[in-house]
Amino acid sequence: MNRYPLWKNATVLIALVLGLLYTLPNFFGEAPAVQVASVKATHKVDLKLMNQVEVALKAASVVPQGVYLDLNSIRVRLADTDTQLKAKDVIEKALNPVPADAPYSVALNLVSNSPNWLTGIHALPMYLGLDLRGGVHFLLQVDMKGALTKRLDSVAADLRTLLRDKNLRHAGIARSGQVVNVQFRDTDMRDKAKQVIAGSQPDLVLTEAQTGADFTLVVTLKPQAIKAFQDDALKQNIATLNKRINELAVAEPVIQQQGADRIVVQLPGVQDVARAKDLIGRTATLEVRMVEQALVSGNDAPAGTDLVPERRRDGSTTMVAVKKLVVLTGDRFNGAQATFDENQRPAVAVQLDAAGGRIMRDVTRENLKKMMAIILIEKGKPEAISVATIQGEFGNRFQITGMFSPEETNTLAILIRSGAVAAPMDIIEERVIGPSLGAENIAKGFNSTLWGFIAISLFMMSYYLLFGAVSVFALSANLLFLVALLSLLQATLTLPGIAAIALTLGMAIDANVLINERVREELRNGSTPQAAITAGYERAWATILDSNVTTLIAGIALLIFGSGPVRGFAVVHCLGILTSIFSSVVVSRAAINLIYGSRRKLEAVSIGQIWKAGV
Amino acid sequence: MEFFRIRKDIPFMRHALVFNIISLITFLLAVFFLFTKGLHFSIEFTGGTLMEVSYAQAPDLQQLRKQLESDGFLDPQVQNFGSSRDVLIRVPLSKDSETSKVGERVMASLAKAGTSGTAPELKRVEFVGPQVGKELAEDGALALLLVIVGIMLYLAMRFEWRFAVSAIIANMHDVVIILGFFSFFQWEFSLPVLAAVLAVLGYSVNESVVVFDRVRETFKKKRGMTTPQVLDHAITSTISRTIITHGSTQMMVTSMLIFGGVALHYFALALTIGICFGIYSSVLVASPLVMWLGVSREQFVKPKVEKQEAVV
Repeated sequence: MNRYPLWKNATVLIALVLGLLYTLPNFFGEAPAVQVASVKATHKVDLKLMNQVEVALKAASVVPQGVYLDLNSIRVRLADTDTQLKAKDVIEKALNPVPADAPYSVALNLVSNSPNWLTGIHALPMYLGLDLRGGVHFLLQVDMKGALTKRLDSVAADLRTLLRDKNLRHAGIARSGQVVNVQFRDTDMRDKAKQVIAGSQPDLVLTEAQTGADFTLVVTLKPQAIKAFQDDALKQNIATLNKRINELAVAEPVIQQQGADRIVVQLPGVQDVARAKDLIGRTATLEVRMVEQALVSGNDAPAGTDLVPERRRDGSTTMVAVKKLVVLTGDRFNGAQATFDENQRPAVAVQLDAAGGRIMRDVTRENLKKMMAIILIEKGKPEAISVATIQGEFGNRFQITGMFSPEETNTLAILIRSGAVAAPMDIIEERVIGPSLGAENIAKGFNSTLWGFIAISLFMMSYYLLFGAVSVFALSANLLFLVALLSLLQATLTLPGIAAIALTLGMAIDANVLINERVREELRNGSTPQAAITAGYERAWATILDSNVTTLIAGIALLIFGSGPVRGFAVVHCLGILTSIFSSVVVSRAAINLIYGSRRKLEAVSIGQIWKAGV
Repeated sequence: MEFFRIRKDIPFMRHALVFNIISLITFLLAVFFLFTKGLHFSIEFTGGTLMEVSYAQAPDLQQLRKQLESDGFLDPQVQNFGSSRDVLIRVPLSKDSETSKVGERVMASLAKAGTSGTAPELKRVEFVGPQVGKELAEDGALALLLVIVGIMLYLAMRFEWRFAVSAIIANMHDVVIILGFFSFFQWEFSLPVLAAVLAVLGYSVNESVVVFDRVRETFKKKRGMTTPQVLDHAITSTISRTIITHGSTQMMVTSMLIFGGVALHYFALALTIGICFGIYSSVLVASPLVMWLGVSREQFVKPKVEKQEAVV
């Protein structure tokens, strides 16, 4: 008797149902949508904005099929492309009254058309890679060495100030390569200096050296400090890129860290490479200037000043007149964090480098109780992100306090950081795929798989008859599981990924061929059909396991060392091997058991002609 | 239907020496071509810029090439692919500072050439900097190493070191022969081809595993057969499965060759060569090697331990 216990049948059934469920979204296709994202860090995407969008659409009598809010965008699903275009215009007008200075990006996009209950259980369509949907891919290398050099330069400047403040005479401080050399005339002074530096700069490693009559203190950064600094630089660069790419009105940009010092940027649907590159390469700049007059009526700037808009907390904008003289620029800023002051009020802590601190000390001494503005210049447009009264004399560390909420201090810190210059970046890899090429690639991959599948199915069914049909059923189940898994994991599907699906299916049939050949062989040796089925499946199992493990080893090696197209291939390949073991052994056995298992007197099975030697 | 009506075990091992010599010659030829001609690496490995543009009417490639050269591109490759209207342009890395701007400069240059009065439509650009290519080559070599070591360890554990060694030699021979083909015909060796080569490595080892499984089983079950007879029996009884499985996989790969277009062409080609040589090598290279390495029944059947106590 070949019967599966209930739990095994139930497992197969549940797996099939789940597979079907998670494959479903891929059949529903996608609906046109409009996506709204914020371009400026000063504007947020929230419920208020969602209301605004809904009201605007209602006023223009455009009926959306759904409005969704996620972390940083609002999506409006629409019935067809005509209403999509209309809705885009309506939203654009409502949110961006001044097109030249648009705070929001309004982009055409597609959202999955599958019913809400499917989306609710996280059943989403497969995530297509750039080679299938068209777009731009950049790999950026962050110049950590350059950033580190800059950091060491500021360390050197800090040390100079420190030693001067403590009245310790040195014979020169210079950076050479990745170290800073501080020279002294005698060891006594060096020891004193070493103590002072170690006390105030915990991030530094100090080693003593001597050349001739010169006593040197070799200063380097601690490995942890270097790592933290690099992580910071990378994070800051990613944040800056995020902000800039929002301006491109890209539906679903991908901006990710890759390795220790690289950033991947993928912009689906973007064709204008030049503009994308321009945006990525541009730096926002930060300026600190003194305020001449906080409230200006009319549009005329007083002599010697510039008018800069300041966004107030209530959303209104006022103009601030600032002096033309720039006190500090962004490259003097070392960092900014949201924190709390001594009275537990939210504040932003700002750090400048030593030179910036000196300038700041002089300026604040002379301008007590006057107002100072921090201005962020993006796209050539200045905006005052902070206008505050100088409450005391301060140097390279100061705090901005006021009537902030923690959220506001966070935003301000990000704004300041985005203007501070991070590590420079180079584009080291670039790929542009036209949208027509993407569609072609999908069709090619799909057709290859389809026709290969049909050919294998026809052959299996004509060679092994009913057992062949069961093998084809198992192979279909394999495809189902694979697509369901890819959809569930939201792994990126690329053209090599589709090729891997095809190849995996072509290889997966091996297990069923092994089983069917074994069953035939048992029959040839005179076993009864039921015994032949049992023996066939059992004996083939060890072989199937061995052969899949070796294939899996190759797949895993590809997964570990592969990048780009190879990785896409490897992910699908590995998943496919796992699903194929289950489907070709368990699912096909369940089907065979269902067909033959319960028959007491089974005379023959439909597995094709069994030829016996010598008969 | 039954394709394989084999009455007696086919005496493969009798001709083992001949097959091994054939293998050795093919292998040496492949190595020879690899050393003399080398591989035609894609820009993913070498670095540079690759562009696909399509014209409404077939352009004059010579003219495009001249225009590119006069605009200061060193050694640009301009060729058709797919159809006469689709043009593939490869520009090697230059020492210029603005390597990432090459794409735009090429497009400007093409627009100047203005053949057939139509502007080219840009379909694809790929730019790879020099540091990426070097890493890819290193990673590829490491992946290959990991596969070899992993598979050998697994086989040595499941079977015996003799099997592990011969399976790996047989399959490395496949890999070298695939590379030899790519070198001889100067087909483009790209990342997907590398993936195909490694997938083939895993796949054809699995072929050897099936035969070895049978060898082990036959050794355990049937007494009185010589080692070559056992090997012959194992190969003969798995040959129908071998051919059907590879045939099925090849159906899929052929479908990719036909419908997959340019993007999957070399990938499918590498698989095709791999599958053909995979059958050959696992049957006619791995098994003789096992034999030369001196596999025997005793390695699988544990001798019964004689009882120590004796009644006198």
